[in-house]
Amino acid sequence: MELIQKHPILEFHHGKEVTFSFDGKELKGYEGEPIAMALHANGVHIYRITPEMKRPRGFFCAIGKCSSCFMVVDGVPNVRTCVTPLAAGMKVETQHGKGLVPLEAK
Amino acid sequence: MKKTIETDLLVVGGGAAGLCAAAEAAGAGAKVTVIESDLHAGGQLVKQTHKFFGSKDEYAGTRGYKIAGILLDEIAGLGDKVEIRTNTTVTGYYPEDGIYTAMRGEDEYYRIKAKKAVIATGAQERLIPFPNNDLPGVYGAGAVQTLMNVYGVVPGKKVVMVGAGNIGLIVSYQLKQAGVEVAAVVEAMPKIGGYWVHAAKIRRLGIPILLRHTIIEATGEKTIDGAVIQELDDKFQLIGEPRRIDCDVICMAVGLTPTTELFWQAGAKMQYCPQLCGHVPFRDKTMRTSNPDIWVAGDASGIEEASAAMVEGRIAGYSAAKSLGLKVREGSFDEYWTRLDHLRAGEVGEKIRGGICQVLVDGWEA
Amino acid sequence: MACGCNDKEKLFNSGILVENRPGAVLPPKDQWEGKKGGYVVIECPQRIPCNPCATSCPTGAVKPFADINDTPEIDYSKCTGCGLCIAKCPGLACFVIDLTYGADEAIIKLPYELVPVPEKGQKVKCLNRTGEVVADGEVFAVAEPLKDQTKVISVIIPKKLAGEIRAIKVVC
Repeated sequence: MELIQKHPILEFHHGKEVTFSFDGKELKGYEGEPIAMALHANGVHIYRITPEMKRPRGFFCAIGKCSSCFMVVDGVPNVRTCVTPLAAGMKVETQHGKGLVPLEAK
Repeated sequence: MKKTIETDLLVVGGGAAGLCAAAEAAGAGAKVTVIESDLHAGGQLVKQTHKFFGSKDEYAGTRGYKIAGILLDEIAGLGDKVEIRTNTTVTGYYPEDGIYTAMRGEDEYYRIKAKKAVIATGAQERLIPFPNNDLPGVYGAGAVQTLMNVYGVVPGKKVVMVGAGNIGLIVSYQLKQAGVEVAAVVEAMPKIGGYWVHAAKIRRLGIPILLRHTIIEATGEKTIDGAVIQELDDKFQLIGEPRRIDCDVICMAVGLTPTTELFWQAGAKMQYCPQLCGHVPFRDKTMRTSNPDIWVAGDASGIEEASAAMVEGRIAGYSAAKSLGLKVREGSFDEYWTRLDHLRAGEVGEKIRGGICQVLVDGWEA
Repeated sequence: MACGCNDKEKLFNSGILVENRPGAVLPPKDQWEGKKGGYVVIECPQRIPCNPCATSCPTGAVKPFADINDTPEIDYSKCTGCGLCIAKCPGLACFVIDLTYGADEAIIKLPYELVPVPEKGQKVKCLNRTGEVVADGEVFAVAEPLKDQTKVISVIIPKKLAGEIRAIKVVC
């Protein structure tokens, strides 16, 4: 992961390191930190492809207000990965278009 | 399952203004629920590694992220009066029954019945139009701060910063601190919008500030690999030749716009105010909107500074508590307004004062 | 002539000090040349709501502000060159410059918040206000007076560049 090694002001205290999958590939991240952060640290910057013009989208506002970072997480689309905490074993996938909402209630 | 929680004071947004409102109201005895959509409270404060300006009362000389800790300590010291619910977004306000709805993560959806509310939802980054501005690599400045200062992730290798307001200048410095190269700061106006000392700080580290320049295009296949900039004349028309700068991040610091959806839903009287950077609610000196149960504080009331957000939060919290019939510390109200007036008294406060007078009312009839 | 003024203004508008202005003055030359311990040099020419330099000064050398938006004014008779303001200033706009170190050398104490942190005796590059390398310097001391991650680094520099050098670059 591309993390800042030494910082003049801050000390970073990450939680537990866990593995999760991104488009079938196993990656490492920190439990409880936003999914988008783990993806960025692993060099993954494209999170979804837009419905009409097939444009790549990724990170933008990081506070859950813009919709650029939507991905399919554990089968659920339109998840704001910039404010959704990573959990061990999560299945994260590039969202193509609008995504399919699972119809069965949990 | 329909679930409703009840509280005296709902504070939407756990940033500088929201935490101060919560602390003030809880100090007077109110039961407060703070709803925060991020994974931790503190709002924009937690990303600020620089020392704050202002006076002692606004924690001048203290690093922003420490101020978040100070406010949270103050709240913790009030016992269980304040409940902070993170990873939760207030999704709507329904004026027919005064109910707020909220969603925790992707899982839990419930309702909130509050006697009074302070809406301190802050702001969001603006974007200027240019080809490829939607590609990954074009990030809000606040987002870059979150990556590097909260989660310690390297944002990129080389950044072009668009905008030389305080945010653009400060984040450029923070990028340098994180070991990231800043190729240039591009600013369309003939002078920087932020504090001169913030600019001086980055100039002496060799970061160029290109005044009267704008970005006309971003280049890249799937992600950004460059920024094309060009000079502007005094009528903001393009002159000279376009120039391409290699970069993998284009950081947008072109201004913020207040986040005000809930005020619209509540039917509060709103006004477009350019000096305050967007549509904002009308408010009286207690920071109350035209809705008798809703107060506003912080950037949601107009884009300003953290110091002003904190004082506005105190005023709103004080006023909401008073309206609940709680005993407030007399003298606080005048004290807070004196501090706010001082912060806005100088030349840099002129624009804000011009904006505030358009949306400040003497009082509400009902 | 008009071109020259424009350039000065353009530089100032992008954060470069080109001449003395209220809030950004050099100390009076005759006193400065003989003052052991040096004098404070603050480069804060804009009226902004901020006063930690004045409230942190133990001797009142940075005169107390009448209004929080005032630019700093120095009473040189009270300045001991202690450098507390250097660490306190949120804008990193304070320096202490001692012209008595050597015949051709001066010491500048400046704020530093980057990594790597240099060590005493280490050679560093000295930068002017535009970030250009103008000289080599040697680190005389590294302090952290407020224990808050702002280092105050004392650097031995060529005396003739005391009015220009305002930053260092550590090259490993």
